[in-house]
Amino acid sequence: MNLMTARTGGLAALAIVVAVAPVGFSNSYFYDVGVNAMFNAIVCVGLNLLIGYAGQISLGHAGFFALGAYGSGILTERYGVPAIVALTLSAAVVGILAFAVARPILKLKGHYLAMATLGIGIIIHIVLKTEAGITGGPDGMSLGNFKMLGFTIKGDQMWYWVTGVLLIFAVWLSLNLIESPVGRALRAVHGSEVGAEVVGVDTSSYKVLVFVVSAVFASVVGSLFAHKNGFITPDIGSFFGSVHFVTMVVLGGMASVYGAVVGAVILTLLPQLLAVVEQYEAMILGVIMMGTMIFMPKGLLPSLMIKLKSREAGR
Amino acid sequence: MSLLKVEKLSKEFGGVHAVEDLTFTVETGHIHSIIGPNGAGKTTLFNLITGVYTPSSGRVLFQDRLVSGMKPYELAALGMSRTFQNLQIFFNMQAIENVMVGHHLHLDRRFLPSLLRLPQVTRRDRECRDYCAGLMEFVGLGKYLDADAASMPYGALKRLEIARALAAQPKMLLLDEPAAGLNATESREIDEVIKKVASSGVTVVLVEHDMKMVMGISDQITALDYGRKLAEGTPAEVRANPEVVSAYLGTNG
Amino acid sequence: MFAAFLQYLFSGLTSGAIYALAGLGFAIIYNASHVINFAQGEFIMIGGMATATMVAAGVPLYLAIPLAMVASMLVGVAMEKFAVEPARNADVVTIIIITIGASIFMRGAAQIIWDKEFHSLPAFSGETPIAVMGATLMPQSLWVIGVAAVVIVGLWYFFNRTMFGKAMLGTSHNRLAAQLVGVAVKKVLLASFALSALLGAVGGIVVTPITFTNYEAGIMLGLKGFSAAVLGGLGNGTGAIVGGLIVGIAEAMASGYLSSAYKDAIAFIIILFVLFFMPSGLFGKRGTDRV
Repeated sequence: MNLMTARTGGLAALAIVVAVAPVGFSNSYFYDVGVNAMFNAIVCVGLNLLIGYAGQISLGHAGFFALGAYGSGILTERYGVPAIVALTLSAAVVGILAFAVARPILKLKGHYLAMATLGIGIIIHIVLKTEAGITGGPDGMSLGNFKMLGFTIKGDQMWYWVTGVLLIFAVWLSLNLIESPVGRALRAVHGSEVGAEVVGVDTSSYKVLVFVVSAVFASVVGSLFAHKNGFITPDIGSFFGSVHFVTMVVLGGMASVYGAVVGAVILTLLPQLLAVVEQYEAMILGVIMMGTMIFMPKGLLPSLMIKLKSREAGR
Repeated sequence: MSLLKVEKLSKEFGGVHAVEDLTFTVETGHIHSIIGPNGAGKTTLFNLITGVYTPSSGRVLFQDRLVSGMKPYELAALGMSRTFQNLQIFFNMQAIENVMVGHHLHLDRRFLPSLLRLPQVTRRDRECRDYCAGLMEFVGLGKYLDADAASMPYGALKRLEIARALAAQPKMLLLDEPAAGLNATESREIDEVIKKVASSGVTVVLVEHDMKMVMGISDQITALDYGRKLAEGTPAEVRANPEVVSAYLGTNG
Repeated sequence: MFAAFLQYLFSGLTSGAIYALAGLGFAIIYNASHVINFAQGEFIMIGGMATATMVAAGVPLYLAIPLAMVASMLVGVAMEKFAVEPARNADVVTIIIITIGASIFMRGAAQIIWDKEFHSLPAFSGETPIAVMGATLMPQSLWVIGVAAVVIVGLWYFFNRTMFGKAMLGTSHNRLAAQLVGVAVKKVLLASFALSALLGAVGGIVVTPITFTNYEAGIMLGLKGFSAAVLGGLGNGTGAIVGGLIVGIAEAMASGYLSSAYKDAIAFIIILFVLFFMPSGLFGKRGTDRV
């Protein structure tokens, strides 16, 4: 299968899944879960560029997600800024913030980088909780529908289609980037920084770039999430939010765009499926995290692909 | 004309002089070999020249331009490219993609056009793929065009690094023990590749233990011992130098 | 003025001692296996919860404490055996997810075994405050600081004067060499988890009378222990102790003089600041990557 058909084939398959899934949706609750799964998927597609492709961990991306959400909330509710402008401004501010912290922290490696990103996420979370005058504090804040050009996105069903289109768009952007010289440079950073440097790849700039891109992805989704949900609390930016995103990426498959989508969908659906055994939910989540990493360290999708390939080869 | 000038270069690691007060020049178009026993400072010297390490003192001039203290990627842009003794392959990528990263500086690498997959980016990229396939053929990796780097044998990876370095279209190529770990046949093939590279006008700086190879292909040799220059000259001159002989064979040699 | 300062210092030293113990727990496991154990905080929680519930059920304190320590060590050993050992040689992100998974599992289990309520222990030697130059010091704080000091001395003795301790230290410096001279690396790994779990439990037990504990109490303690360890330079024991005290005291001072709302942020602000300028922490090894 050559690259072009794999690419269009994958995008088409994703579009079909998004389009056909609602056949099984019997009420708006399903659409709601679907939207959340796709929100997470978009964040993870961005985060995967950083973690899976460039090999840099972040345990703080829920912070950027929350900043996007609160940026939109504050700008639309307090200052009457149009939703799309608020979303863009928030994304720009998050991008600038990410850019400012990226250069010093991306010099760090491994656990030191984990610590630094974790710290940034936690600080954002605490600020959102504490500055109640602006954010409403732990009680959260409400915000209205997403209106644009006289058109209002409301209702789970409408949100589903909007988010579906955005997901496909995000996957398309991510695939474009990965297959471009920029994306190759990013993957080379993961493979060997010094090997990439000596042929002209400015590794620190690329790390900064991908950090900013992934933060902006998270921020944009945060804004949309805030409008869709109508209510946000600082806890969307907690350490566990960040861990959740990273787990989705790693579970689905690092360095696999579709893997990130699969991971996000599974981990979003999981609590719904486990609702019957609610008190065991945390234990089961823990077991899934440990089990996948022990038995399928490459993640679900890449591991399945390898199995398929070896079966084909065996024929 | 000299392409590279190394002047009074020193590098200390916690009081140990890995390279000490080293001065030599590399002439344009030459194959210039750096020899010396293990621990003589050859790899450290490479790391200093290519910007991986910062010198403790002294300077490096490339095309008469002061380059010590510059980053490896800046030096790559000036026309310096290298391979590594212990491989620095991108094992998470295909073989040909490794080479394509080497061509990075010559591609359209603007962010937005890449993100939107504009036609000019993809067209240049397709040309790049063909060009890099050609380089792989050139170094004898024709049968690995579709391979993942992780699935290739050691000898092939050595050549893959050479192809990647060549893809940067350097003026000067630094090869750190390209024949180490190769069998006699493979090592002769590498030998041929180096000669072909040099005859295409690229200056080659070579660190190598295989004396037969070094003596056979070098125009100029600098011999190091304990980070200092022991001798320099043509292969014949260096071979006749008693200090070089004793450094290699022991004082009684 | 001075009394207030002293008051903050006492409170900082108390929490700093706990962070130091947690930081040491990170350092010991990191040295033995290059794993950062995000479940370190859960060992603290298990120590506190187990003791508190046993005491509440009528078990005498002197019996509950060793039982809780054993329980925590068993959990540590089980974690090494079933979650970390099978994933050896995996990369950093993978191991991080595994240990976070383990911590979520332990919290989930704690929720079921115990409950979601806060639990406390009576102070070990009464609650009569001791007046020191205008400030007051709770006897339990002395217990915390004293026990931490004893543990630190004990660890020093273990790593420098006992065969097994030296073997553990040797493994951290050079795994291959340790293997060659006959150190059983697997045993060292197990021991490192047991020891870290023990440290965590001890910290959790002595601090519970002051802070109370619940199934989530380990999260922040663990993360702050991690910042203490990183602050001092990963794998450096002295660094972890100093890091813990710095974090504890800075936190107490900041919440006293600046804003108590930002108390929990202080540790992370310090760590970011330090990492910006010293990417390997205060006492971490700095070196050039070899290529």
